[in-house]
Amino acid sequence: MQTIPTDVLVIGGGATGLGCVRDLAMRGIRSILVEKGDLTNGTTGRYHGLLHSGGRYVTKDPQSATECAHENVILRRIMPHCLEDTSGFFVVTPWDDPSYGDIFAANCRKTEVPVQEISVAEMLRREPALNPQISRVFEVPDGSADSFLAAHTNALAAHNYGAQIFTYHRVVELIRTGAHVVAAVVEDLRTRERKYIDCGFILNAAGAWAGQIAALARVKVTVVPGKGTMVAMNHRMVNTVINRCKLPADGDIIVPIHTVAVIGTTDIHVPDPDVYGIDPEEVQLMLAEGEKLVPGFAQYRALRAWAGVRPLYKDQDVANDRDISRTYKLLDHRQRDGVDGMISIVGGKWTTYRLMAKDAVDEIARRLGNTQPCRTADEPMPIPNFEHRSGNYAGDGAEKLYWLGKPLAAVEQAQAYGDLICECELVSRTRVQAAINSGASNLDDIRRDVRMGMGPCQGGWCIYRTTALLYEQRSAQPSADVTQDPTFNIQHANAALLHFLQERWKGLTPVLWGDQLRQARLDELIYVSVLGAGRLTAPAETA
Amino acid sequence: MDHIEITQSLDHCIKCNVCTSACPVAAVTDKFPGPKYVGPQAQRFRHAGQPVPDESVDYCSGCRVCNEVCPTGVKIVELNARARAQIVAERGMPLRNRIIARAGLVGRLSSGPHAPLVNFGLAVKPLRWAIEQVLQIHHDAPLPPASSYTFRSWFKKHTPPVGARKQVVYYHGCSTQYYEPHVGQAAIAVLERNGYEVIIPKQGCCGLPLLSNGDFAAAKGRHMFNVEHLLPYVRRGIPVVGTSTSCTLTLKEEAPELLGLHSHDVRDVAAGTYDIFEFLRNLYEAGDLDTDFHPIPRELPYHPPCQLRAHRVGLPVLDVLGLVPGLRLTESHAACCGIAGTYGLKREKYQIGMDVGAKLFAFVTAANSDLALCDSETCRWQISHGTGVATKHPIEILAEAYGL
Repeated sequence: MQTIPTDVLVIGGGATGLGCVRDLAMRGIRSILVEKGDLTNGTTGRYHGLLHSGGRYVTKDPQSATECAHENVILRRIMPHCLEDTSGFFVVTPWDDPSYGDIFAANCRKTEVPVQEISVAEMLRREPALNPQISRVFEVPDGSADSFLAAHTNALAAHNYGAQIFTYHRVVELIRTGAHVVAAVVEDLRTRERKYIDCGFILNAAGAWAGQIAALARVKVTVVPGKGTMVAMNHRMVNTVINRCKLPADGDIIVPIHTVAVIGTTDIHVPDPDVYGIDPEEVQLMLAEGEKLVPGFAQYRALRAWAGVRPLYKDQDVANDRDISRTYKLLDHRQRDGVDGMISIVGGKWTTYRLMAKDAVDEIARRLGNTQPCRTADEPMPIPNFEHRSGNYAGDGAEKLYWLGKPLAAVEQAQAYGDLICECELVSRTRVQAAINSGASNLDDIRRDVRMGMGPCQGGWCIYRTTALLYEQRSAQPSADVTQDPTFNIQHANAALLHFLQERWKGLTPVLWGDQLRQARLDELIYVSVLGAGRLTAPAETA
Repeated sequence: MDHIEITQSLDHCIKCNVCTSACPVAAVTDKFPGPKYVGPQAQRFRHAGQPVPDESVDYCSGCRVCNEVCPTGVKIVELNARARAQIVAERGMPLRNRIIARAGLVGRLSSGPHAPLVNFGLAVKPLRWAIEQVLQIHHDAPLPPASSYTFRSWFKKHTPPVGARKQVVYYHGCSTQYYEPHVGQAAIAVLERNGYEVIIPKQGCCGLPLLSNGDFAAAKGRHMFNVEHLLPYVRRGIPVVGTSTSCTLTLKEEAPELLGLHSHDVRDVAAGTYDIFEFLRNLYEAGDLDTDFHPIPRELPYHPPCQLRAHRVGLPVLDVLGLVPGLRLTESHAACCGIAGTYGLKREKYQIGMDVGAKLFAFVTAANSDLALCDSETCRWQISHGTGVATKHPIEILAEAYGL
């Protein structure tokens, strides 16, 4: 077994873990991150994509609100290419308590969340699809965030500072010497090879899986996996984040992110973060609540439904999961459990990932005697290779934020419309190739990198094209990365195709009616009837 | 249908590519990525509050073949027209498009006693080169010869027959008024032969060239002007008929849908407007069409223009002219002639228009006839330009069959 020495082992390739590894690396602390799937495979890759202004938490969780308000400004500075400045409305509908409007505005001011009331007429001018019966509108600096791109951006920044990142590596054992955690054994899920990581410190950033990791060191951490179900609608009927102006509840937010509008969410306690389904009632509830914000909402095309599990840390008896604080907790296991060499960072939300990382790394740096200050709030991050190289607002050098038209503008500028692999999301051949070259090992990884297969046809036309590209590139030039399978053959390509089809169709089942049913039928004809995908056999072991 | 509904129709796209396969423009140029791409696909990336991200949509000719073949009912042409209007709203309209979008104004300036001089000028090659340099109108593009008299001036002097039992409104449009008064004269003759008193109220350009060049504000003015002047007749139950399939389509559907005009007045005018052969076929089906035709023993090639197919009324010309003894029409089965109103006039699009029309030109040439029929004026000019074969509106043949 290979032994790798390092200062800090970060567990979990979501927003928090990646934020931590970047921060560690920037302070010159040797670090390794392990993730059992692809980056963002857990909750980070399954959230609705809201860049919080803090508005949602001003009443129930004022500390979170203020944290969000501050981080919102910082993230726009350090990772503008991952964020869209959509702005956000909190709207009082006929179903909401009209007196909450004033409370909301007052609490925004208390928590430093910028807020401005606008007229209903102005709201309808900007968002004509909204319910004209809305009585009050408060504007806040909400935005939307590409959590996949953000993760790769942090990973690239960390890598540039010398950190190592191992995806598809599961922690199988945490080694304790007495009361000290001193090492971890991790397994490459693709090759079954194990590595012994000899580390000074373990930073548990496994989110909803943090309890499972802590248990490996015989420490009890209770994380309540709260399932949140979301439905993506086929196009953006609104270009502003729309929140109900009331205490957070199910189905009260629509987030325009990339080409879709996501309505969310539910909040249902699940015992196991890896085992959950989506109930038809949840989807129905989302659509019914959507109607209150956008009349006719249920008539729009639902693209897909999915769920993520929130990592809510339960440190006391709280009756309702929604009442658990959305702020995060740093658990020092030496103090808390008498186990040295490990801390856990739990709870929190995407918008505050950098702040969480800072707090965790501050503590580790102090213990390691490292006096470097945190610089993550100041230094803009590099842009991954597979991201668009053009399509920025023409003539405006200062404008680096993502905008909806960017992928289309980039394709138009390069006149690449004849070379699109995923037509719905405008992914060109060169971007798919860049994703494969930067380490994507299956089609779902490529999807997370470039949004391939995430549009209306849900992969109907691009899955077979991308499979061919994956095969072409992997079989022709075995990757320099030793973690890649050096013998990628046609069976692997077929397995990748089948795996991706299954993943896509899983998300389609809850929304199979109308346009999406028609689409699914066409996709079925393509893959099952024309290409005979049903007769493909996959090798027993697949990623 | 308003903005939200047209945009919402993109949800019906199942990406099947039938439109892209059928698109006559995408088939001949790489500059146009096809209806699926510029329509339902690109629309998901457009946002009224942000700069227009795309330009290739400007290569859509607006021929409507995509709408015709779409199995799920996406309003592709409307999405494209809206997108082009957004480009125009953001970047302004080139001078060339301002001019060719104003067919009425250009016609008024060119027609009349001085028309021969204008026509002579437009036939002079160096002058056309100069126009191409200054205005970006291709030097070979088929510009119609202006008429030395206008249709309305002829109609003023025209004596209607006595004893008409019924009334009908004739919408002549710009081309009949300034370039082809003979088409209007044939229409009047046919309608009068069938016992109608033909009323020609005040009217203006239908606004289609403005719509297809993205000037929605001006188009709205034109449409409301026409509604105002046609409505009193429609309200009295008098139908409006037109010989230009694109004008009638605009009155019926294009202007209300694209401009989001849904008042009762607009709807009533739309419902009371007919293509002239649609109207004549209705008469025939009601047993009211005079079918006392002279035989015309000829076989003629016929091209049903895209704009007629968009009426979704079948092919009424084949139904009505099929009643004329001896006359046989062969249908082109070509998607488009390529001119698409003003599209094929533009310097950068002329060759695309000619390539689109190639199939139709081959069909007309192979028919070995000295005459071809087509309902739409710009298509007739394009067919004649592409083949050298003379073209007529089918109403002219029908008038001939009546011996008029």
